Amino acid sequence: MHEVQYKLVRCTINGRAVEKMIDVRASLTDMLRNDYSLNSVKKGCEVGECGACNVLIDGECFNSCIYLAIWADGKNIRTLEGLLGPNGELSDIQQAFVDEAAVQCGFCTPGFIMTAVEILESGKEYTRDELRKLLSGHLCRCTGYENILNAVEKTMKKRLGKA
Amino acid sequence: MYDIKALYEAKSVAHASELLLQHPEAKIIAGGSDVLIQMREGKLAGATLVSIYGLDELRGITMEEDGTIRIGSLTSFSHITKNPIIQQHVNVLGEAVDMVGGPQIRNIGTIGGNTCNGVTSADSGSTLVAYDAIVELTGAEGKRLVPIREFYIKAGKVDLRPGEIETAILIKKESYEGYKGHYIKYAMRNAMDIATCGCSANVKLSEDKKTILDARLAYGVAGPVPMRAPSAEAAAKGKPVSEETVNAFAKAALADINPRTSWRATKEFRLHLAEELARRALKEAIRQSGGDM
Ligand SMILES: Cc1cc2nc3c(=O)[nH]c(=O)nc-3n(C[C@H](O)[C@H](O)[C@H](O)COP(=O)(O)OP(=O)(O)OC[C@H]3O[C@@H](n4cnc5c(N)ncnc54)[C@H](O)[C@@H]3O)c2cc1C
Ligand code: FES
Ligand code: FES
Repeated sequence: MHEVQYKLVRCTINGRAVEKMIDVRASLTDMLRNDYSLNSVKKGCEVGECGACNVLIDGECFNSCIYLAIWADGKNIRTLEGLLGPNGELSDIQQAFVDEAAVQCGFCTPGFIMTAVEILESGKEYTRDELRKLLSGHLCRCTGYENILNAVEKTMKKRLGKA
Repeated sequence: MYDIKALYEAKSVAHASELLLQHPEAKIIAGGSDVLIQMREGKLAGATLVSIYGLDELRGITMEEDGTIRIGSLTSFSHITKNPIIQQHVNVLGEAVDMVGGPQIRNIGTIGGNTCNGVTSADSGSTLVAYDAIVELTGAEGKRLVPIREFYIKAGKVDLRPGEIETAILIKKESYEGYKGHYIKYAMRNAMDIATCGCSANVKLSEDKKTILDARLAYGVAGPVPMRAPSAEAAAKGKPVSEETVNAFAKAALADINPRTSWRATKEFRLHLAEELARRALKEAIRQSGGDM
């Protein structure tokens, strides 16, 4: 056994400034789940293929399983937990997933929703084909994707005042 | 947790060189989308890493005074695609890297990693080779410029010396001015798949759009590393814009390449793809240049 190496990682998580000593071998998924109990961040494949661990870092989507926790130093990180209102209210995109039956087992859902947040916050209107491409970094074994696309598309139109 | 023996974070390019010389066994990690996967697979388990991911000075795209486009090695694929300089002058590169993996991979993957991995299927490889890109390497002794064709040594091996990191990819004005290009990635899925064959063609037409002044063609997965197809280029250069020229160009490419059979596809299928993709890519490049095709 060699000595475990730690690094102080200071970052903002869901709007709150935090810091902790982190094992340099940790992925960002490990840190968010183990050190901050943000369990919406799922461990699916852990090799960047499925998107279950997806979070927003400085406004862009990253698979946190292939992102070293130490790189999070100085970054602004958002997970699904950060979307909830002060009393645990669901955000519009989360509600749309419920309404459109875009959730079955739910394992892929937080990852999809965080990508949807990046899409929605761009303020742009996308075609269905463009949305398909923007969501293509996620695998879902249950829904067949159509309802997920519907949820994202409807929320996009609503936010743009077009539905 | 990753099976990392030790990890050193570079604070500057010079510091990266120092760390690499101090730890000759260490592996450079940029975005990690190859390195961390190989660590999970066991191939790099227990490795010592030198992280250059924090070197923000290696991010971004600029135009130098002489018109050279400079792409910092840590620039992510998504930032290349969105960049106005790329869109205006080498749009095909932005399109090519927009076919890598999926959106999250395009946010983490860097062009430096995509070239230094020495992988033939790398989606930026063929276009960079087709545009005579130059690789800028920085080490303890200073900078070295290497044409990308010479940078690739063999599968998985590039011309990186001890203590060196790739700091930029350069595309000279004469290599892009007046050219339009098109890249085709042939894969089994539209996303999250590696190319069965990748083909990048670009062309420069005469003023009346009737003659091909220059044509360049490069492939990924047609040999051990991304490669040019000089016979195809010779078959099109100076020739009229026509079906015949395009067909001769595509056929001639077969003399230059040497694809192999893998679990993804047979050699025969790849040869078939190489010809057909060259035809389609050149036609599209001609159309984009204003030629009648
Ligand atoms: C799910 C998934 C899908 C993918 N799909 C594709 C795809 O469709 N097309 C494709 O081309 N690739 C794909 N990749 C591979 C990978 O994303 C790319 O090769 C990417 O460009 C690697 O960049 P990186 O910065 O993450 O590299 P890293 O993993 O950090 O490094 C890759 C290699 O380059 C070396 N290196 C990195 N930067 C430098 C530098 N500046 N100087 C010297 N050496 C350096 C490292 O030592 C290592 O050997 C995929 C990967 C994953 C995980
Ligand atoms: S768990 Fe990260 S992409 Fe699958
Ligand atoms: S709802 Fe089960 S994986 Fe998507």
